[in-house]
Amino acid sequence: MKIKVLVAKPGLDGHDRGAKVVAMALRDAGMEVIYTGLRQSPESIVKAALQEDVDVVGLSILSGAHMKICSKVLQLMKDSGIGNKPIFVGGIIPAEDAEELRRAGIFEVFGPGTSLKSIAEKIEETVKK
Amino acid sequence: MSNREKLEKLKDDWKRERVTPLLKRFPERKKEFKTSFDGPVEILYTPKEDEDYEEKIGFPGQYPFTRGVQPTMYRGRLWTMRQYAGFGTAEESNQRYRYLLSQGQTGLSVAFDLPTQIGYDSDDPMSEGEVGRVGVAIDSLEDMETLFEGIPLERVSTSMTINSTAAILLAMYIAVGEKQGVDPSKLTGTIQNDILKEYIARGTYIFPPDSSMRLITDIFEYCSKNLPDFNTISISGYHIREAGANSVQEIAFTLADGIAYVQAAIDAGLDPNVFGKRLSFFFNSHNGFLEEIAKFRAARRLWARIMKERFGVTDEKAMMLRFHTQTGGSTLTAQQPMNNIVRVAFQALAAVLGGTQSLHTNSFDEALGLPTEDSVTIALRTQQIIASETGVADTVDSLGGAYFIEELTDRTEELAMDYIHKIDDLGGMVEAVRTGFVQKEILDSAYKYQVSVENKEQIIVGVNEFVSEDKELKDILRLDPAIENRQKKKIEKLRSSRDNGKVQSLLDDLREGARGSDNLMPFILKAVKAYATLGEIANALRDVFGEYTEAVIL
Repeated sequence: MKIKVLVAKPGLDGHDRGAKVVAMALRDAGMEVIYTGLRQSPESIVKAALQEDVDVVGLSILSGAHMKICSKVLQLMKDSGIGNKPIFVGGIIPAEDAEELRRAGIFEVFGPGTSLKSIAEKIEETVKK
Repeated sequence: MSNREKLEKLKDDWKRERVTPLLKRFPERKKEFKTSFDGPVEILYTPKEDEDYEEKIGFPGQYPFTRGVQPTMYRGRLWTMRQYAGFGTAEESNQRYRYLLSQGQTGLSVAFDLPTQIGYDSDDPMSEGEVGRVGVAIDSLEDMETLFEGIPLERVSTSMTINSTAAILLAMYIAVGEKQGVDPSKLTGTIQNDILKEYIARGTYIFPPDSSMRLITDIFEYCSKNLPDFNTISISGYHIREAGANSVQEIAFTLADGIAYVQAAIDAGLDPNVFGKRLSFFFNSHNGFLEEIAKFRAARRLWARIMKERFGVTDEKAMMLRFHTQTGGSTLTAQQPMNNIVRVAFQALAAVLGGTQSLHTNSFDEALGLPTEDSVTIALRTQQIIASETGVADTVDSLGGAYFIEELTDRTEELAMDYIHKIDDLGGMVEAVRTGFVQKEILDSAYKYQVSVENKEQIIVGVNEFVSEDKELKDILRLDPAIENRQKKKIEKLRSSRDNGKVQSLLDDLREGARGSDNLMPFILKAVKAYATLGEIANALRDVFGEYTEAVIL
């Protein structure tokens, strides 16, 4: 079974190069990838995750709104009964914030310079567990 | 034997006698040397004997402006050092601007937060978490008055990175000027106002393309009558490059956007000899030092030819491509961040050697967060060192005539022109964006680049080679999360103190105007002066124009 990933751009941030390039790389690594496009609300992201029955959710945020957005998505995932699905976050996330996000339940935070291969490997490893 | 044939023969001899034997013992570092657009880079370039100097290169300040737009360039006046800044509330940004001006910066460049750029007030649910993050939050004229407090608008030129809400922010700027006693005709500066690249690469669109294009031509028309010294658009390749385009795509798509704006303005009855002088451009400067210099020169020549040959412009001033440059944000690394100071210096030098009119140098900590006052100061000092110590500003286009630079300039222009023809065939830029052609081309380049980094075909120092344990950068600018609430309280107070009946009736007038074909600037200016908020004005336009939804391309 192919691993199914939702790659989402929450909030008003328009920087979608990272999200799209990661989506392409995951697809090339054999995963099924759904990309939401820009300006998604936490509600619409969780709805898509539920409807598409994905294994993993990836959020890309470069605008600095990551703390609010992530806590909302985490809460909504729990409320919808898919709180067990791992969430990955990519973007410009200061180290302190990344730690706090991990504590709050975000599975992993990928900063600038992360290799595409290591993202794919991490996802595979997580889903297989 | 002609000179050219003689040279060719000498070059062949040199290769056969000197290069080939050496290569047998010491092969080159790479199998192929290439530009970012996959063009070959040869071992050596020699003069082209048959070149028409006057037609292709010419003199600075003369068509086709390959060597620069002014005859004396930086010998007369240096480029404008213009650092893009803005965060949090208007009070905080005002303090940063005053600091930058006191440190010798010569122009302002305002960064707005995403809600301001996308037409939402700070208390709109869509704004949650984004208020004051990537720029300053502006909800009404009140904030704009604070932003420019103590800064005399008749003496400072201001560049505003604002697109789908450009008409509203420009109206606020005009109103602040009037309050300071400055006549609109005395205002100088630039609004970005380039919506096509928002659909392509930057993402802060609101309305569908046709309504957006109307707002742009309304601004052109209004400013040609009332703000003759204001640059009404900054046609931007910067974000296209950041989204992953190579250097050729950067100028090809930017100039194709330019063609679409010029055509729209001509169709609206405006004279390109007049508004053509108020067009400005905005490019990126990445690490490919020589390639970037050639790109700036090629863009200048290509635009001059487009204005003259395609649009029949006769005034040389309307053929000049004047541009702002920012160093490449996506080239900054989070690893070993101090290395970024060096990257920025090379990129800035390329922009200066390419003849830029103004320059923003990035701060070394921007892959980690917003820049601190210290890091911004180093970025500004980098420009000052180039200007005062290196001597590169003492002669015009010092690399003009360098064999490789001229060859790359030709090649870049040629390949960019191929793209422009292709876009014409697709029905023009608006169509090429609607169908996702441009976005796909950029994404393919972005992916290819990332794969080359992954394979180590492209080395990034500190990232995939020369890696060392990172010392954590401690000094990161943190924004106060209370900003959002402060901003919400300000709006609440404003709404209870202004004449709400007047605001509503002016918003109704605006809706009515939007349904018709009158110039919308006077309607917006009236609403702004009555302290209608940015979100209210944008929503009134949403009621009539609707909203754009992106074509998701992957």
